[in-house]
Amino acid sequence: MPELTETASQTAGPYVHIGCTPNVAGIAMYGGDLGAVMRTGPVQGEEVTITGAVHDGMGAVLKDALVEIWQADSAGLFNTPHERRGAADPNFTGFGRSAGDGQTGEFAFHTVKPGRVPWPDGRMQAPHASLWIVARGINIGLQTRLYFEDEAEANAADPILSRIEHRARAQTLIARRTGPGQYRFDIHLQGRQETVFLDI
Amino acid sequence: MPQEPARHRGFIARNRAAHPAAFHPPYKTSILRSPRAALLAMPSSLSEETGPVFGPRLLGALDADMITNFAAPGESAIGPRIIVHGRVQDETGRGVPGALLEVWQANAGGRYRHAKEGYLAPLDPNFGGCGRCLTDAEGFYEFRSIMPGPYPWPNGGNDWRPAHIHFSLFGPSFAQRLITQMYFEGDPLIPLCPILGGVTDPAALGRLIATLDMKHTIPMDSRAFRFDIVLRGRRQSVFENRKEGL
Repeated sequence: MPELTETASQTAGPYVHIGCTPNVAGIAMYGGDLGAVMRTGPVQGEEVTITGAVHDGMGAVLKDALVEIWQADSAGLFNTPHERRGAADPNFTGFGRSAGDGQTGEFAFHTVKPGRVPWPDGRMQAPHASLWIVARGINIGLQTRLYFEDEAEANAADPILSRIEHRARAQTLIARRTGPGQYRFDIHLQGRQETVFLDI
Repeated sequence: MPQEPARHRGFIARNRAAHPAAFHPPYKTSILRSPRAALLAMPSSLSEETGPVFGPRLLGALDADMITNFAAPGESAIGPRIIVHGRVQDETGRGVPGALLEVWQANAGGRYRHAKEGYLAPLDPNFGGCGRCLTDAEGFYEFRSIMPGPYPWPNGGNDWRPAHIHFSLFGPSFAQRLITQMYFEGDPLIPLCPILGGVTDPAALGRLIATLDMKHTIPMDSRAFRFDIVLRGRRQSVFENRKEGL
């Protein structure tokens, strides 16, 4: 039994960028924003760019969201001291943070295509990235995953994607390939195209 | 003696009753920004059990001091000087070392330094409004700031936010990611706030309210407030006694 209860979440509010990406908010701090650069040197694997936007229940794009990404490197290893399976690519952080563009609301991650990571039972999951979305009006940060359209075979066997009861909704987790190394991933908070969010 | 295969130690299920509901109509912006389908329950895998780890090399000397980290040399932010400190633990009661805390807040007049902020209270040229720090080996943290002011916001006809400081927290696992807000003991706006009203469990609400901590106060300098934070924890086995967070 847990002895303590997790602190209650509160909305990130309209000024989350002051705290998390102050340089985007026009406050020159820290010598740069955390998570602004995921590739710190020549990386192993395929360099890819993921762009998208967060949409509300009426289809309007959020201009005050903050999206974070956490993923494995191209070999499926995480850049953290807790990684025990090997050494991750030292030039790839695996962590990115993007403020939606103040005008268009678009976020972008300049990353690499992740390798495969095992599920607790040893099966390999399809290549994916974990996303976390906060904004004004979101009372508790939303967790989801991004998969890749051009990994159809791996996606079909993925333990999370195959768990989604309403099959059409599985498509909400799949980034569309729009060009070489280019993927598009839109997040819908609500409505007919509502993204599948995860309770981990 | 043959070893049993290691049992997977995923996260303790999140107690959603201790959090505000996504859809909380008194906070109007939540109406169109709340998912309506059930969340998909899943066990954690390495993707959620790992997370970015930020070391002390990330931090500058003034990052945890909002009184001076944006101020001109020799100057300081206007407002009642405060120290905010506490301990970050996980649900099993272990201190979380090396957790990154990022904080942001309004100035003493209730004004944020932001292009979209329109409140008539003035900016303080010596106050940026953000800071950050890491927890120590036992999970303790401390930063210095000025007391933020309450401010009006467009929601109902006359809604005011109680004075608060926003907190963003990274534990060692991405599944522990949390953003919350800290309030101040005795603020009469707390029971009136539509955002805070989403926290319906009185005990959970109480844990968001920092208490005056006279023992930590610096005489003739700064009052101190204590704010302890709990991040999600992993399931335990009675057969193991591991000290580290993962």
